[in-house]
Amino acid sequence: MSNKFLIPIGPYHPLQEEPELFKLYCEGEIVKDIKWETGYNHRGIEKLAESKTYDQVFFLVERICGICSTSHPFAFANAVEEICNIEITNRARYIRSIIGELERIHSHLLWVGLAGHFLGYNTVFMWAWKYREPVLDLFEMITGNRNSYAMFKVGGVRRDIEGHKIREIRKVLDEVKKKTDLLTGAVMDDPVIHARTKGVGILTKEDIIDYGAVGPTARASGVAIDVRKDDPYAAYPLVNWKVITATAGDVFAKAEVRLLEMYESISIIEQCLDGLEKEKEGDINIKVKNIPEGIGTGRAEAPRGEVFHCVFSDGSNSPARHKIRAPSYVNIATFKKSCIGQSISDATISLAAVDPCYCCTERLAVAYDMHTGEKIMNGADIIRASAGQTRLIMKNLKMKV
Amino acid sequence: MSFKNFCFKKSLWVFHFGGASCNNCDIEILDCLTPRYDLERFGILLVGSIRHADVLLVNGSINMRDRDRLLEIYEQAPKPILVVAIGACGCTGGIFAEGNTFAGPVDKIIPVNAYIPGCPPKPEAIIAGIVKLVKSV
Repeated sequence: MSNKFLIPIGPYHPLQEEPELFKLYCEGEIVKDIKWETGYNHRGIEKLAESKTYDQVFFLVERICGICSTSHPFAFANAVEEICNIEITNRARYIRSIIGELERIHSHLLWVGLAGHFLGYNTVFMWAWKYREPVLDLFEMITGNRNSYAMFKVGGVRRDIEGHKIREIRKVLDEVKKKTDLLTGAVMDDPVIHARTKGVGILTKEDIIDYGAVGPTARASGVAIDVRKDDPYAAYPLVNWKVITATAGDVFAKAEVRLLEMYESISIIEQCLDGLEKEKEGDINIKVKNIPEGIGTGRAEAPRGEVFHCVFSDGSNSPARHKIRAPSYVNIATFKKSCIGQSISDATISLAAVDPCYCCTERLAVAYDMHTGEKIMNGADIIRASAGQTRLIMKNLKMKV
Repeated sequence: MSFKNFCFKKSLWVFHFGGASCNNCDIEILDCLTPRYDLERFGILLVGSIRHADVLLVNGSINMRDRDRLLEIYEQAPKPILVVAIGACGCTGGIFAEGNTFAGPVDKIIPVNAYIPGCPPKPEAIIAGIVKLVKSV
């Protein structure tokens, strides 16, 4: 114990874009324990959602996370549509899936770049981000904004993808495909990347199941979970695609899964565009007059894993309670397995490998008094408060607990 | 032009403080440094410590936990320092202004020299904002 020392990463560290504090307890160069602190990014979104109407909540949940800013509206739309018990039109389904998959491509390219940056290999960073730009241009063409697309609404989507835009998307996708080939080749064959990532931060299949990890993190360890297949939504049951898995569970396998998933995404988008050409233009929306009482759950596969939204409706025009669980919340817990026993330089890439998104994950933090060490509020207090809140809502909704 | 302001004419070194943000502004700031926009050709460089920086970029709404850190970072900064508030949240609090942990927009906490609104501002807007800032000093 005596020769253990502490290396803090963050909260405002140049390596990370987001505020998050990691404490690496090291002996020599080996990481012996890891702790993380949250709360720097807490914005009280679940509470804010209760004060907004259903149409406004879409703009709010979009801003939970800028990188997966379609997944949250996607899951929220699924949840609200479950309450209303409505089926959206096929054209809206295709458009939703196209936006979701374009987002996956841009997010995975972003991750490849950042992983290169974490390895100190800035060439990969620059290349990947350069190839990401055409995808953002597509978003700007379709939705009018590079991030935060505001495409979703209850009962459909806000904007149509017309014929000339379909042609443009196809053209850009061909270009992106070539660039992805180039990048995949460069990453897969690079001896430096092999040396830095193979056998680093291994998560076995058992670890994944124990921690309940989701998304590419789980798929890289051979657990083929994907909400798009397990609980199909939008246009995913209408197109052909397969779940990419790898078995090694190390950082390299995670990179491999993400790179190969981009090809699947491109193929899904192409099939969706084919489907879009067969549907009538402008048929993107069905009218929803009011949201009935009830509980709805919605799931969506974000680039990082499963996003889960649960909405309690009391029949008014805003949610009575809105519960959100983002994928990074479970993935971050795997750091305990993947980082301990690594050297410090490998620990950082193991941290980056699950593509952690702290702004999704942010929870009310447990605070300690700095001088007395006294817990100001502990986990059990929060659970008690939350359970009490839920009971109150159930009582107000006259539902059985 | 004073000697201090003359220093701002050359390469500006930037420290990035991401408050309670949604990450959008963060990635657009990084985007400015990557090949398409490439701010490094003007000598604008992201640095790891506020003690090396000429400009403090602040984005995101500031929550109660961030406020003290932001003040601390501002106090550590070598003066004169230019503070830029980026994004709707940085300028006014944006959609999170009604949140229960919101501690005020950036200009309520530290003095701000330039505002770049947008959710998120496009890299072009960020570059235009920085150019205006450099011209104004």
